Amino acid sequence: MTIRGKTAIVGIAEVDTFETRGRSPAGLAAAASKRALADAGLELSDVDGLFTTSSYYSMPTLTMSEYLGIKPRYTDSTALGGCSFIAHLGHAAAAIEAGLCDVALVCYGSTQRSDRGKLVSNAEWLAYEQPYGLLHPVGSFGLIANRHMAQFGTTSEQLAQVAVAAREWALLNPAAPYPKPLTVDDVLESTPIASPLHKLDCCLVTDGGAAAVLTSAARAQDLAKPPVYLLGTGEASNHRNVSQMPDLTATEATHSAERAMQMAGVTHADIDTAHVYDAFTISLLILLEDLGFCPKGEGGAFVADGNIAPGGSLALNTNGGGLSYTHPGMLGMFLITEAVRQLRGEAGVRQKPGAAVSLVHGMGLTLAAHATAVLGISP
Amino acid sequence: MTTPLPPKPTPRGEERVYFDAAAENRLTYQTCDTCGSTVFYLRDVCPHCGGESLRLRDSAGVGKVYSYTVQNRASHPYFADRTPMTLALVDLEEGFRLLADLTGADDVEVGMPVEVVFRELDEDVTLPHFRPRGREEEPK
Repeated sequence: MTIRGKTAIVGIAEVDTFETRGRSPAGLAAAASKRALADAGLELSDVDGLFTTSSYYSMPTLTMSEYLGIKPRYTDSTALGGCSFIAHLGHAAAAIEAGLCDVALVCYGSTQRSDRGKLVSNAEWLAYEQPYGLLHPVGSFGLIANRHMAQFGTTSEQLAQVAVAAREWALLNPAAPYPKPLTVDDVLESTPIASPLHKLDCCLVTDGGAAAVLTSAARAQDLAKPPVYLLGTGEASNHRNVSQMPDLTATEATHSAERAMQMAGVTHADIDTAHVYDAFTISLLILLEDLGFCPKGEGGAFVADGNIAPGGSLALNTNGGGLSYTHPGMLGMFLITEAVRQLRGEAGVRQKPGAAVSLVHGMGLTLAAHATAVLGISP
Repeated sequence: MTTPLPPKPTPRGEERVYFDAAAENRLTYQTCDTCGSTVFYLRDVCPHCGGESLRLRDSAGVGKVYSYTVQNRASHPYFADRTPMTLALVDLEEGFRLLADLTGADDVEVGMPVEVVFRELDEDVTLPHFRPRGREEEPK
């Protein structure tokens, strides 16, 4: 038994991806949900499966069901941080395949920018770490980056190249908030936050809502948009707190990606676009290594050689990513929406011609949790 | 202007054991009677073999910097006049890793030898901190 190709994403939407005017986190998720359903040619009354997570609401499926006035027969609020929604795709596919629901809504909303950059979190902190004032999450990524530098000779200039490439993609996205080029020097001269990371090594702080609708491959044939099939999924995790991360430069992304690609029956050569969680320059660099786009330790050279900028060998984070497009607390939904746009041929000037297979990879917390999905235009 | 109170942990259960020992200037970890593994933080079940016989031990408090970061921004009002501050993950010689601040080390680098020093946070909590090995100056 496999869920490969059994379900498809049939609707997507994004709402207020920079700054909202008067929408709450639930309101953003609700508006995105309504629009994603409309994109599919479906109604709220069709939804019988609901998948979401939140930093604002402790029981977010109940919050969203109440807000939307729906009564799902299957709910899942798996909380893996930013990669939750990518995990939800696999969970939704399994539930649909098992007959537990027919139309699954995955949604998210956050007002992190309107909250004035104060990171909203209902997370608890480890007693052993809490007294020392570690900045979450950037302090942890500073620890990770310094280790990568000491181990592999990675440089701040190479990390800056990650941010520069993201901005080059964002310049092709009319919805991106900062339509001006970025240079390596801009990154290196920006405010130091947690060494070796500067302000421009960090993702944007934005509001935003997003949603995706899944249903069976059979039902997907009759809906408004061409189906984007879920071909493979994988999850993996190995810690919760950075002080318990066994190796700061090697992550479980290797395993989640292996699982997803094996299920899908694809190799790296088949991947037309990749959408990889870029909360920080260093996190993206390590994920590129662990996802197998370059060898371990060679991420710095890989990005410095222009591979991830427009025109490079890997069409990566084509909307500008979390670094230069949107990052409302959790990014996972926005990786999914851009992959679907690419596979539908709706990505405008940033379209990868003939894109047929996309890899979506998210992380949660400090490279702690990982979820990978392989999407494609053929089941 | 009152000085902001430090962020204090609320230890529960086996976490309490660690902080009670810290109050006596002891850095504790565990070894598993079943598989011999070093275990940290303190647990009730060994994460390596599932064994439930875990022995509390005192560390010599000596190790090397596994990684570090210098934070220029305070995560809490208590740290506002303490930035820039260096936090380090330290590999202790007994084979476990601890996160704490590192003081008196402007020349910090990965691999630097460090040792534990205990300081009272307030009347309830004493915390381990790190300083470079062989430097006696009292950190700020």
